[in-house]
Amino acid sequence: MPAHEDRWVSSFVFLLFCASSIPVWGSVGLLQEPSPQSYFSSLEAGRASLAFFTPHVSPGAQPFLEQIESSAQALQDYGISVVKVNCPKEDISRYCGKDNVLRKAYLFRGNILIREFPTDALFDVNSIVANVLFALLFNEVKYVQTLADLQNIENALKGKSNMVFAYVPATGTAEHRAVMEAAFVYGTIHQFVLTTEAALLESTGNDDPDVSSAWLLFCHCQRATDPAQPCRRTALGQPLTLLNIHRHLKLMGAPLVTEVAEDPEKVSTVHLQLGLPLVFILSQKDTYEADRRTAEFVAWQLLGKAGVALLSRDLVDLNVLHRSNVALKTPDEGLPIQYLALEDTDEVITLVEDKNKVKQIQEEEEEEEEEDEKENNNQDIQDDQVVEAVSRDKKRELPLEQILVLTEDTFHSSLSEAARTVVLFYASWEAVSLAVLRSYSEVADHLKGTPGVLLSRVNCWDWPGICSQENVTQFPTIKIYGKGEQSVTYDGMWGTEELTSFIILSRFSCPLRLATRDEAEGYLRGEFPSELSSYHHTSLLGVFSSATSEAQEAFEEAGNILSGHVRMGMYFEDDALALSHKYSVSPPALLLARNRGRSVEGISLSKQSVQDMVQMIRYELLDIFPEITVQNLPQYLQLTKPFLILFSDGAISQMESQEMLKLAKGRPQQTFVACWLNL
Amino acid sequence: LGLALYAGIQGSAVSGASFLYHDYCVIGAGPAGLQAAYFLQRAGRDYVVFERSHAPGSFFALYPRHRKLISINKQYTGKSNSEFNLRHDWNSLLSHDRRLLFRRYSRDFFPNADTMVRYLEDFASLLKLRVQYNTAIIHVTLERNGQAWNGHYFLLTDQDKKNYKCSSLLVATGTWVPNVVNFPGSEYVEGYETVSINPEDFAGQTVLILGRGNSAFETAENILGVTNFIHMVSRSRVRLSWATHYVGDLRAINNGLLDTYQLKSLDGLLEGNLEDLAIVKDKKGKLHITLRFYLENRNFSAGIDSITLPQDELDNFATRAPYDRVIRCLGWKFDFSIYNRSLKLMPGKGDIKKYPQIKPSYESRGTPGLFVLGTASHSVDFRKSAGGFIHGFRYTTRAVHRLLEHRHHGVPWPSTVYPITQLTNSIIKRVNEASGLYQMFSVLADIILLRENATAFEYLEEYPVGVLAELEMQTGRKAPNGLFVIIMEYGRNFSGADKDVFYYNRAVGEAQHAWQSNFLHPVIYYYKQLPTEHEMRLRPPEWPLPRPDAIHHIVEDFLTDWTAPNAHILPLRRFLENCLSTDLRHFFAESCFLFAFTHQKLPPFCQQGYVRMQGLMGSEGLRRHAVQAGLLQDYTVTDSSGDRPPDSHDRSQDQLLRDHVIPVRPLQHLVNAKDE
Repeated sequence: MPAHEDRWVSSFVFLLFCASSIPVWGSVGLLQEPSPQSYFSSLEAGRASLAFFTPHVSPGAQPFLEQIESSAQALQDYGISVVKVNCPKEDISRYCGKDNVLRKAYLFRGNILIREFPTDALFDVNSIVANVLFALLFNEVKYVQTLADLQNIENALKGKSNMVFAYVPATGTAEHRAVMEAAFVYGTIHQFVLTTEAALLESTGNDDPDVSSAWLLFCHCQRATDPAQPCRRTALGQPLTLLNIHRHLKLMGAPLVTEVAEDPEKVSTVHLQLGLPLVFILSQKDTYEADRRTAEFVAWQLLGKAGVALLSRDLVDLNVLHRSNVALKTPDEGLPIQYLALEDTDEVITLVEDKNKVKQIQEEEEEEEEEDEKENNNQDIQDDQVVEAVSRDKKRELPLEQILVLTEDTFHSSLSEAARTVVLFYASWEAVSLAVLRSYSEVADHLKGTPGVLLSRVNCWDWPGICSQENVTQFPTIKIYGKGEQSVTYDGMWGTEELTSFIILSRFSCPLRLATRDEAEGYLRGEFPSELSSYHHTSLLGVFSSATSEAQEAFEEAGNILSGHVRMGMYFEDDALALSHKYSVSPPALLLARNRGRSVEGISLSKQSVQDMVQMIRYELLDIFPEITVQNLPQYLQLTKPFLILFSDGAISQMESQEMLKLAKGRPQQTFVACWLNL
Repeated sequence: LGLALYAGIQGSAVSGASFLYHDYCVIGAGPAGLQAAYFLQRAGRDYVVFERSHAPGSFFALYPRHRKLISINKQYTGKSNSEFNLRHDWNSLLSHDRRLLFRRYSRDFFPNADTMVRYLEDFASLLKLRVQYNTAIIHVTLERNGQAWNGHYFLLTDQDKKNYKCSSLLVATGTWVPNVVNFPGSEYVEGYETVSINPEDFAGQTVLILGRGNSAFETAENILGVTNFIHMVSRSRVRLSWATHYVGDLRAINNGLLDTYQLKSLDGLLEGNLEDLAIVKDKKGKLHITLRFYLENRNFSAGIDSITLPQDELDNFATRAPYDRVIRCLGWKFDFSIYNRSLKLMPGKGDIKKYPQIKPSYESRGTPGLFVLGTASHSVDFRKSAGGFIHGFRYTTRAVHRLLEHRHHGVPWPSTVYPITQLTNSIIKRVNEASGLYQMFSVLADIILLRENATAFEYLEEYPVGVLAELEMQTGRKAPNGLFVIIMEYGRNFSGADKDVFYYNRAVGEAQHAWQSNFLHPVIYYYKQLPTEHEMRLRPPEWPLPRPDAIHHIVEDFLTDWTAPNAHILPLRRFLENCLSTDLRHFFAESCFLFAFTHQKLPPFCQQGYVRMQGLMGSEGLRRHAVQAGLLQDYTVTDSSGDRPPDSHDRSQDQLLRDHVIPVRPLQHLVNAKDE
């Protein structure tokens, strides 16, 4: 294919070269700068030149000069010289003296002025070449504005010569230039007709014309015999460029059907040279007439897309199946000729047209297949971060020595061994279970040596009986069994820290009953019980006088619910009143000790219901201006209030914190959650 | 004995009155009767079991004659999961008592039938089931009564003319009446039930066996070594259970004769209609095979010489050699004789004429309130599944009990409600361990009823899939928001009497070809609405269910272990996501945290976990793996170094969620019919 392209490109260049090799001025391409006298005296008859007169170079004309200089070479190809004439200062002749110096350019043929152009019509090389040629080829290229004009021309041409009808949306465009350049070469062979009227485009039978793009029709008027009928038309299916027009005209000029009497392998026509396929209609002597008609019919259909040749089988010894009636030769060298037996002409046409389509479709299909594959791949790719993480980690052996494996046989006996048995119910195939098992092994590490706590696990895939018996319906589940107590189901975050803290806090009853004032004070400072002293929890102490048993019961209930999550103590000895007064409240009251008792807040208990109590305790434990973290966000989300977030890159400064605190505290009952987020 | 006494006392106390009443009467204390009794007892129902023998399982006291059960008693499976192990225990009945596992009774892979009898005795006594022995029910009739549960009572009469009245009748009498054929000379034929089992008695004899089931081959196997040769005749060709996947067909353990036949060791198999047969005895006592056709219009008493034998015309007739013995091993049928005509207990048609006609709910077609259990109920899945055998009907009996609990006592079908995040898990758990789904494949199915907006679902186990259309009425559970049906299936074109089940590439390994799986594998049907009875009737032949809105096959697995994250769980999850248009992935708390700030709607796992303060923090190692997989954004690096890490591996989390657009395809594309 590229070889053929080269071939026809070079032949066209050669053609242009012929056209331009008419001797001009002596030297080629450069602007001459003669005086007006020498310019006019040098004008030769029949020679065209474009001249502009300039007294001195004015800066405003600079763009025009640049364009005209660059178009000089192009015009030179058509034998048109571009001349810059230097006007002497005193010259006030027709061309030099007027105001129109540099506002106009003049086209001369010989010494006859053909046209004067306002320089703003010559805005670039395309427009200069197009307009100059348009003016010169005034006779060769007819400009029409109405359908009637077009029909008149068409009718006049019938039986004589063919017509090339071009529509361009505007003059001075690249398409206009291409048409004019083609007309320069072919203007004597075909009648060129140009229009800029979109209405004419519609009349040419073009159903949904795109008026914004140029259009070219080859009208076969030479063969037209019926004066009533319009000439047959073949549209140029490609963009209007000089090469495409040239190629199109060349194809139109080729014989409709070539008769060949030699081996098809050796046949070469203009079609093959131009990269188009050649269709052979295999003919026999008996059916020659019919075959000829078929070939012509097909040829008309394929005009511009493929060549058609009529091959007489009687003259050529073909080594192909007798029933083959069509052969297809493609311009791709090395590809053998296909011999086919086709039913009707439509098949021939689709054969050629699909050849082009097939390629496209194949490409598309390949793309689709790739897409399909991609899609499939997507389907296969694990996009569950937990499952993927666990499966990437599965080769690593977990340190589970600290965790007792329970079975159906050992489950009940093991529960009585330690004061407190933590049981992880899980399924060994389930990703979240395995993720939690990893955290659980870290918990076991933290709690190593903690007396009275036994960590264990039950694989529900092995022992479904225990799991259903213990009412475990979801994996994973953690339950804490205390001797003689109901089991507690863990309902916190599945994280090492959270779980460790839960297990530690669960070791003590909630609320923890404090016996002496010292214990109570120690509790507020976070020093009692000593086992908890290394854990930094906010301590909550309920202080009750004996008269407030109802509030006390509610507090104990709340303690049951919050067990493991909150550190709760309870004091109701005789001097409870004194203790509470120290923090300026009176029983029933809550004492909230943050930072190891450095700040103790007293809150009077007024609400009596357990739910309210739980709600209040949870609320009181929240910070006023917290840093939002992965761990604590859900707690604040539960307030179902809008968030006011201070985004900060790194820790926030004292000042920011104070300002925000002011804002947070200022609003009555906090209509929003003020918080900050470390980016 | 104590129980029998107890029952006797009760019986005599009311003997003056005309009827002794129970809500439930069970006829037959075989495996099915005892299994039914167990569930009735656990539910605290008023019931009694009638047994004509002095002990349970009287069928097994006699059969199989050669005493070797062909039901598998697997000691080891490598697993401790008791539910899973029931998949390979074909003899135990269902109970909560771990002592009553058959493997504690026998170590034999194919146990002795005496062990079964002992097991059933223990089952009845250890669980204190109310069985009235030595009571043969000889007549059953109906008494119309508007007050009764089903508009009538069942009146039962025993051999002593004692009468019993019941609201619901559970027939678990099995099939114990031997099939016989009548043809001229059939009096010379010995029956399987009485034939000698001592091989010595057959030494040097030539034997013809009628029938081609397991009892026929079992008989042949026993005497194969001592006979001259054995011929077997039956109407249809032999069906091998390893080719049909039906345990009622000829089991490999019994097929020794096939071996000797195909190796030309004198034994042989023939096909022919037994009705056309005739046997004549010559003077030496030898039995000759001839055709009924030759005997017609002939004086039979004229003696053997006047009778034409086939070999007279066709001198290479196959069974021209005379036989010493002819043994009939033609199987058994249901005893229809005790039921009054008003019960309309009719035999089935064709292949299933040995069974009474019942609905897929095991209720008699003619009489509401009469349920057929056990072997006699096999018409529902004859030659398909295991409903005619202990390892199958123990589950269908439980299903019938659950239907009755709802119908008569207002106890809805047991179910568990889970959040939607547990959907994939609950399916994976069941398909991996459930024994009822596995044994009663294509008959019992797990049902998942979706709650509104697909935020939760209700899980029902082992519902008889044939009455799916009546689900709401039969179970008391509602299915307004669509449902999944989980069922196990063999490949549709795989099994069959004449199919090669060992061809190359018979096993499918890739998840995308799962629908072509041949061996038993889980299939999930999705319906946006409960199928109607009409749709159930019009379902394609051989399909357990009508065309679903979507279907998913979990690819068959060599180990029947469907827990592989990528081959089994991931495609299942995507299917469920497609059906429900939701995201069923798991996320670490960190991702949920990010979503909380960037998305209006959180994935269910975050919504139901993290937001409720039960997020999955994940260990550091795991989070690192997730980051390496590009599924989790790495923040730790950002925090410590201050500058962003190269974007090489991490897609942003936001991107991740956006990319996970659930491709909502027209659902019918998901429907892959195997035979299309």
